[in-house]
Amino acid sequence: MSDSGGGTPQLELRGITKAYPGCLANDHINLKIMPGEIHALLGENGAGKSTLVKIIYGVLEADEGEIRWVGDLVSISNPHAARKIGIGMVFQHFSLFEAMTVAENIALGMSGRQDMKALENRIIEVSNSYGLPLEPHRQVHTLSVGEKQRIEIVRCLLQNPKLLIMDEPTSVLTPQEAEKMFETLRRLSSEGVSILYISHKLDEIKALCHKATILRGGQYISECDPTKETAKSLAEMMIGTDLRAPEHHQAVKGGAVRLKVRNLTIDSDVEFGVNLANINFEVRTGEILGIAGVAGNGQIELLSALSGETRSSDVEAIMLDGKSIARLNPKERRDLGLAFVPEDRLGHGSVPEMTLAENAFLSGYSRMDLMNSGFIDNGGTAHYAEDIVKKFDVRTPGISHTANSLSGGNLQKFIVGREVLQNPNVIIVAHPTWGVDAGAAAFIHQTLIDLAEAGAAVLVVSQDLDELFAISNRIAVISEGRLSVGRELREITIEEIGLLMGGTHGMGEPVETPHVA
Amino acid sequence: MLLKIEKRAEYSRVMVYLTPIIALALTVLSSVILFELLGVNPVEALFQFFVAPLDTKYEFSELFVKATPLMLCAIGLSVGFRANVWNIGAEGQLTMGAIVGSSLFIYFPETESVFLLPAMIIMGAIGGAAWAGIPAFLKTRFNANEILTSLMLVYVAILFLSVLVHGPWRDPQGFNFPESQTFSDSADMPILLSGTRLHFGTLLAFLAVLGAWMMMARTLIGFQVKVIGEAPRAGGYAGFSQKKIVWFTLLFGGALAGVAGLSEVSGPIDQVLPSISPGYGFTAIIVAFLGRLHPVGIFFASLLMALTYLGGETAQINLGLPVAVTGVFQGMVLFFLLASDVLVHYRFRLNTARKVAP
Repeated sequence: MSDSGGGTPQLELRGITKAYPGCLANDHINLKIMPGEIHALLGENGAGKSTLVKIIYGVLEADEGEIRWVGDLVSISNPHAARKIGIGMVFQHFSLFEAMTVAENIALGMSGRQDMKALENRIIEVSNSYGLPLEPHRQVHTLSVGEKQRIEIVRCLLQNPKLLIMDEPTSVLTPQEAEKMFETLRRLSSEGVSILYISHKLDEIKALCHKATILRGGQYISECDPTKETAKSLAEMMIGTDLRAPEHHQAVKGGAVRLKVRNLTIDSDVEFGVNLANINFEVRTGEILGIAGVAGNGQIELLSALSGETRSSDVEAIMLDGKSIARLNPKERRDLGLAFVPEDRLGHGSVPEMTLAENAFLSGYSRMDLMNSGFIDNGGTAHYAEDIVKKFDVRTPGISHTANSLSGGNLQKFIVGREVLQNPNVIIVAHPTWGVDAGAAAFIHQTLIDLAEAGAAVLVVSQDLDELFAISNRIAVISEGRLSVGRELREITIEEIGLLMGGTHGMGEPVETPHVA
Repeated sequence: MLLKIEKRAEYSRVMVYLTPIIALALTVLSSVILFELLGVNPVEALFQFFVAPLDTKYEFSELFVKATPLMLCAIGLSVGFRANVWNIGAEGQLTMGAIVGSSLFIYFPETESVFLLPAMIIMGAIGGAAWAGIPAFLKTRFNANEILTSLMLVYVAILFLSVLVHGPWRDPQGFNFPESQTFSDSADMPILLSGTRLHFGTLLAFLAVLGAWMMMARTLIGFQVKVIGEAPRAGGYAGFSQKKIVWFTLLFGGALAGVAGLSEVSGPIDQVLPSISPGYGFTAIIVAFLGRLHPVGIFFASLLMALTYLGGETAQINLGLPVAVTGVFQGMVLFFLLASDVLVHYRFRLNTARKVAP
């Protein structure tokens, strides 16, 4: 299929450069994809992958460089033009209207007017022939995440693309769903469709791709044949340095229960939200409990119930060190020793346009005693913020700079540091290293492990299984608002977790469709 | 495109202070054109508008008299605006404050107690706050948009005032004119500078500026207001209640507007009339934005807007320009300010990059 020797490449990029204020997202990137080739674009978050594919798909315009399509110089000024020459793209975040049907969504994403009847027939035909069955009349909100992705893929296939761009397609899929999607991609490849596959998951790339282009910090690093590389060598090219794996530890057996959640049931008050049903778990002192799961299965609802942003009416639903906190607000929970790192760093974990000092005050004012006879203790706040910056290696010119001036990794270190320095009994961390560079990720992992060893109970909610396997003592899986029983790390396999993520609860309970308000 | 707009990495602190000046420059430029079209010498008109009103000590003091209600209302509004609570009904709260505050004098006109005026000021604050409490209740209970409810309540308040002065509050010795009896000395705002109308209300306005400055910079409630305004989810995360902030900012703004209303009827007007404000409550919105929602900025912005009232009158008397010029001028300031505010977060750059392909 792939033939790097002769022939005209389907797509060739030369010297693509794109600058944003204060950052060179793409620095003279070269890329060559042959017809029928599955080509991996490999790199960490922030390496410039998304910028590059947005340029190919016409969402962004490059400052410099040229794009050749089957040898011809082309200018792709918008996604419509990209689709017209045969480029299709499946985005990481779906652009679907939840309240509309599958067919309506597909019609909206296509250029030009559609005959709905004919379109429905073609959807059935194309989706079945590629093993991606879809019912055109189903409303999108009733579908699983994997099915929603199928809509996006079928939408591209209907336009007979020559190049399909897939942006981290498996980040929302269970291992089983991912394997199914790989079969479809291999089939497309055998039919001569080129695929640009963006990922940072090395195993996937080794299993699926013929070629890989590696980006790091906006620069082209190399092109290689991933089947001939080891996961380690790929990772080194991607990350650049040897990384220290976090030092693991064994949980204190029979430690005191610090956080206990019993029969937590909350009906979501947002449309298409997930209801939490009978959540039970406990986290002991010295332990890290990982909660795995595909995004959108109740993680947001569980996290906000634990932080206190939504409250349960059941007094005994959430206990912290033996005290009920179910009806307390976030500040009152914090005073009892609960710390919390939300998923969304900007706008939830921090106020984007406030300074680091003010953002330190945001969650620390009560527990760090930063009020002085009714007034904000500016000196104490500055001291606390400086302390976070110093101890957690936050790279910033100073604490008077705003939160949104920091890179993702630095801001995450700041937020984690802010919470850790409050000396919590229980810390809840959502997606601790999402979008964070590898160095910061290793540092954050080590921080959490050290905190657990010092006697805190740590709860980590993440979609990244590698991360959970690296730091957790036990793992539970959340799916459709239900939580599986937490299992010791050595007793559970990736396959079992995959099945649980796909909704096999092993409890014989009927699976409820998400609540529709 | 020769110019392109691009987002700044961090918002520009320089531009935050520069845009009001840019807006004023553009306003002056546009008014030159406007005066030219009206057949008036622009230099003469600008002189009459901005310089002539400040000729004498009396006229200079008038600047502060006009600025007082603007300052009080704008300080109150600015705190709400910082929290994204869009109270635009300060005019109604001002009117209600004037009504409730002066009711003490109207019903006890013989009182000569030194506590009458302080009690009236407090009642004025309560009246304004209560009127602003209605949008607060509707917003927190039914999620009703406070922009609409607070605005509509302005007209209710003004009509209620009209009912009172045409009916029960009419001065029995007033030859049937729709106005109350003039206030007694104990109900009057003390004059600060003899020979002028500068009154105690101006001190209250200065106090509001200092107090709000302190509150926003150094207290927890001020911090909560800012957080809820900029990132409500971060506020929820910290345990701040959005509803509490809606109540607080509306009551605070209403109370200050109420004091402004009372200090007008007890100060320069000295009685209750069907019309007690030339739209101070609305102009205060412009003042709040022109002052960058910062108390010190509002202090200067209210002086500038007060000048447009005086300048409008002078221009009318000396040049025969319509008094509506004041409104046009104020409108242009806000218009140019909002337009140039794009520079705070964005910048213009010459588009010098090479194209990808022809």
